[in-house]
Amino acid sequence: MTAVAGTRRLRDSTVLRWMVAALGIVVALSITQELARPETTDLISSGTAEATLRRAVPILLAGLGGLWAERAGVVNIGLEGMMILGTWFGAWGALEFGPWWGIAIGIAGGAAGGLLHAVATVGFGVDHIISGVAINILAPALARFLSREVFGWSTPDIFGWVDDRGWFLVSDLCAVLSGITSDISWATILALALVPASVVILWRTSIGLRIRAAGEHPVAADSLGVNVYRMKYLAVVVSGGLAGFGGAFIVIEQTGIYREAQTQGRGFIGLATVIFGNWQPVGALVGSLLFGFADALQLRDRTAVHSLLLLAGVALAALAVRAIWRRRTRAAISLATGATLVLWWYSVTDKVMGELPPITPHLATLLVLVFAGSRLRMPAANGLRYRRGQE
Amino acid sequence: MTIRRILMAAAAPVVAIVFSIAISSVVLMIAGTSPLEAWMEMLSYGTRLETLVATANRATPLYLAGIAVAIGFRMNLFNIGVEGQYVLAALLSASVGAAVDLPAALHVALIMLVAMTVGSLFAGVAGYLKVTRGVHEVISTIMLNAVALAAVGYMLRNWLIDDTDTSLNMKTPEIPPSGRFPNLNGVVETFTREITRGRELWGFILVAALVGVLFHLFLTRTRVGYDLRATGLNPFAAEASGVDPKATVMRTMLLSGAVAGLIGLPEVLGDSYKYDLAFTRGLGFTGIAVALVGRNHPAGVAVGALLFAWLDSAAPILDVVGDTPREIVSILQGVVVLSAVVAYEVVNRIRRSQEARDAAYATRQTTAVET
Repeated sequence: MTAVAGTRRLRDSTVLRWMVAALGIVVALSITQELARPETTDLISSGTAEATLRRAVPILLAGLGGLWAERAGVVNIGLEGMMILGTWFGAWGALEFGPWWGIAIGIAGGAAGGLLHAVATVGFGVDHIISGVAINILAPALARFLSREVFGWSTPDIFGWVDDRGWFLVSDLCAVLSGITSDISWATILALALVPASVVILWRTSIGLRIRAAGEHPVAADSLGVNVYRMKYLAVVVSGGLAGFGGAFIVIEQTGIYREAQTQGRGFIGLATVIFGNWQPVGALVGSLLFGFADALQLRDRTAVHSLLLLAGVALAALAVRAIWRRRTRAAISLATGATLVLWWYSVTDKVMGELPPITPHLATLLVLVFAGSRLRMPAANGLRYRRGQE
Repeated sequence: MTIRRILMAAAAPVVAIVFSIAISSVVLMIAGTSPLEAWMEMLSYGTRLETLVATANRATPLYLAGIAVAIGFRMNLFNIGVEGQYVLAALLSASVGAAVDLPAALHVALIMLVAMTVGSLFAGVAGYLKVTRGVHEVISTIMLNAVALAAVGYMLRNWLIDDTDTSLNMKTPEIPPSGRFPNLNGVVETFTREITRGRELWGFILVAALVGVLFHLFLTRTRVGYDLRATGLNPFAAEASGVDPKATVMRTMLLSGAVAGLIGLPEVLGDSYKYDLAFTRGLGFTGIAVALVGRNHPAGVAVGALLFAWLDSAAPILDVVGDTPREIVSILQGVVVLSAVVAYEVVNRIRRSQEARDAAYATRQTTAVET
């Protein structure tokens, strides 16, 4: 009896399902690598893996930020602006006090943006999208003004410590985590650790339960004595802090330079991972790794991007077979058509246009919403205005 | 009663602007410069004829962008995709305009038609996804923005580039003189002095004004416009009274996209006559700000557009005199947007509670009479 319940629990576990999905992606990648052998060898290599991780971390942090806010029922499209605050405050903190302080101050900067969003949406009841848009307008303006005031006109500024940041790395852990992580930093590990931390806090603690209750059914939560406003404030401030961490990571860990418009819409991609990952932290991780992979690959090897088409074609074909297996004829037909088209595209071209890889996250999100939208489940009261005592 | 309502409607934006000036002044004081000096400097430079012409030229696309966003907002649709729609429309319409040769009026009309069609169709994708698959338009338009900008880059580089041009600036071929929009310098100069420094007042400002008037008439005088407003105010009541919500979503997105398609044209038809790498981007996002400040009302959006445009046009003087960074203006704009939306919300709430009190008072009066 307990064994049956145990298996069911394992099968129902979202974490496990996402891990299986991730494993499937790796297997598919290595198969594609074998198929595309003479053309490229960069599809699955330690270099690509490292670059993927590095590119994925800011997206992941933005995604977790979006997840925290939306789990409490507050849509946060101001993530982009909060990331921008994170880049500036991270850069300033790193220059003044050193990299760790940079990250801490970057988090604080993003959290301040989150607080602003919380005051507007939760405190004043402003529409979430409107407030988010306003923050996305305000944050770059503030960053530009501050960089002009503090850094002088020229914003690019290489941090001296980037060259000798050996202490910032986790050389010891290399052996444990093998070749993939030859150059991994503590900041990366911290970011990755936030995934299980989010799972535990949001799903295994009472405060997490209250936050999620505020996002699912605030009136019911309120009737049970949960301070819904406080939960929303908390979650949105955490959300901004996570986005700020992402911004600081870009400056301090990824580039070592502060530039204007450095986030390049990663806040929005983070938002995409929330949807892609069905409002689950591990899903956001898988999404950000996938998007980080597309990002990393185009920087390293253009021909490798071409073989990604092969991967996409194979994946679509596999999904088509699965749809046939489940007797979903219409889905099978559209998937099979898609697979044929992509594989045809792969066979008649020998390189892919440079504009395509950067928009993979956006296309993937649209496709997921179009074809699997009904199977996604967002928090029930997400984006709705909540006033205490009003239905 | 009506005076009170007008006062309350005007209170929010005034409070927002005063608050924003106060915040930016504090920021300037912290930065160690004199705010008063900066504002006076901007005021004196900003009232010169050339600056005013620049303001009008900047306000024209901003107003169109604001209206495009406002059309969506009026029925609770967030067209965040104005950015992608107008850049795509500008590229394609500029290319079509350069490829054909027609009599002047027809030529301009064709370019405008192409721009509106492209903007409309691209916005329609988001509308279609919402209607058929239930994809929220905020997410789909954000994602489609990236797709549009990537498509613009690809098409410009591979299909629409002017091959005869050898410079590094990627551009489309130039539109012949028959496809250009005349400037209004002659009209302005009969009232004032000659406009110097080669500034031209773009004639497209008339089109923008016309769009504003049409938007107002559409909302207040047509059935479709009424349906749109009704759906925005109360979707359930509207549906119960026979408004087709899906058709309204589609119409709103198509209309919003059509206006969005026009945003790039003041520049293309009045100044550059082509699409190139120097083409002004980001107006779609500023348009959201303008619509928010203007409360989605045709007149309010005009005020918002003029305010933002004037700030942009008067700011460069700060770099020339004094030591105030001109970026303070961006902060001012950002604070205006955020404080305006908060102020509107607060005023709204006060008005609602006042109305409730008035209603309660009136009910008590009538019951008192009856008994």
